[in-house]
Amino acid sequence: MRKILEGSIAVAEMVKLCRPAVVSAYPITPQTHIVEELAKLKAEGFGDYEFVRAESEFSAASIVLGASASGVRAYTATSSQGLLYMAEVVFTIAGMRLPVVMTCANRAISAPINIWNDEQDSMTVRDSGWIMLYAENNQEAVDLHAIAFKVAEQLNIPVMVNMDGFVLTHTTEPVDIPEQKIVDQYLPSYSPKAGEFLEIRNPVSLGALATPEHYQSIREDLHQDLLSSQKVLLSEMKNFKKIFGRGSSELVEYYGDPRAKKVLLSRGSICGTIKEVIDNTRGVGLLRIKSYRPFPVQEIRQKLKFAKDISVFEKCVSLGSGGILAGEVRNALFGENKKINSFVGGLGGRDITVKMIEKIIKATNKNTHDSIFL
Amino acid sequence: MKIKLAVAPGTTKENKTGSWRTSRPVVDHNRCIACGMCMRVCPEGCVFPVGDKALQGKIFYENDLDYCKGCGLCAEECPVKCISMQKN
Repeated sequence: MRKILEGSIAVAEMVKLCRPAVVSAYPITPQTHIVEELAKLKAEGFGDYEFVRAESEFSAASIVLGASASGVRAYTATSSQGLLYMAEVVFTIAGMRLPVVMTCANRAISAPINIWNDEQDSMTVRDSGWIMLYAENNQEAVDLHAIAFKVAEQLNIPVMVNMDGFVLTHTTEPVDIPEQKIVDQYLPSYSPKAGEFLEIRNPVSLGALATPEHYQSIREDLHQDLLSSQKVLLSEMKNFKKIFGRGSSELVEYYGDPRAKKVLLSRGSICGTIKEVIDNTRGVGLLRIKSYRPFPVQEIRQKLKFAKDISVFEKCVSLGSGGILAGEVRNALFGENKKINSFVGGLGGRDITVKMIEKIIKATNKNTHDSIFL
Repeated sequence: MKIKLAVAPGTTKENKTGSWRTSRPVVDHNRCIACGMCMRVCPEGCVFPVGDKALQGKIFYENDLDYCKGCGLCAEECPVKCISMQKN
């Protein structure tokens, strides 16, 4: 049913429809509305989950880890400082191969304290072993949560759905919230494998010590599974489209002139603005990253076949080095004769205007290692 | 996921942590008053009573040397100091 909802409320509605057994989170701007809504839905009798109030994000993450280890569907949400506070547990959840789903309402990291949108928070855990997806608009944020649970449970890899704080979470847009029975059709109940979760009848230990002899093999196992998760993501996006009638089955989306030599590359809600600019500019394309982890090297190489001048724009930076996404794109295009420039902007919620995007497009004849701050 | 991460119970059947200790408790049974303190404080739960109570009128305590890590809590807490920690 189509409703006009604030992004965070829409996400809460979809999470409820995904039938988690345990929800635990700690409030932090700009994610708070998501979990407040989930608490409200439970209080009003619309939600069937255990809502566990935690005293911190570290606690909330540990609670969902434990819940998932006991073989049930678990969910949490956070942002910025909250994500950093639970960082240790984020790594543990992935290392233990638990299919937790988390919403990260992307927000800048202190210091200085800033509550507005940028992508830095999610970047701090990019190596943790989670699948990381980025939504462009509220509908995609909603849809990615269903796909997240489905993919996580198939692969035993946790999934983080990223949505720009305030820009998406606090913006009211028309969204389609599907019927429960259709979500049930797409997402069956969670069936953990026997002997791989905590259960009295079949006792096992999870999270055991691994000696130098074994640790690396286990990490490599997760790395390989993340790389090959691309196939599962694509196939689940395809299944989603079959049942819900929307969404594209691709890990990166190409928009604009298919043979454009000049291509902008970015992710998240800013792509909506970039698409507007491209609609009024000839010979420019946009490559939008939907899946950041796994990093879809082959799809990027294939869709940038004609591009000669690529400008990566990101709302994050590796201080002392430069644009993070830009570095990964350069790595993916290694050996290709293309110009790749790095633009950093929108940090701490600084507005990215149409003029700034036009400036990126006009900045040709540059091929520099340094990131340009907008 | 090629490597299974869940571990079946019973690893201690093979992993005998007693090999970790550098000193072990020795009980002087003549001075022992059978209060049971050493059994209660042992973090590993490897102190247990032996011997026939009726026969001797006293319970002897021994340590399971397969798992005793030599922490010395039994010796520290014994009210009559009849346990001494000796190099293993």
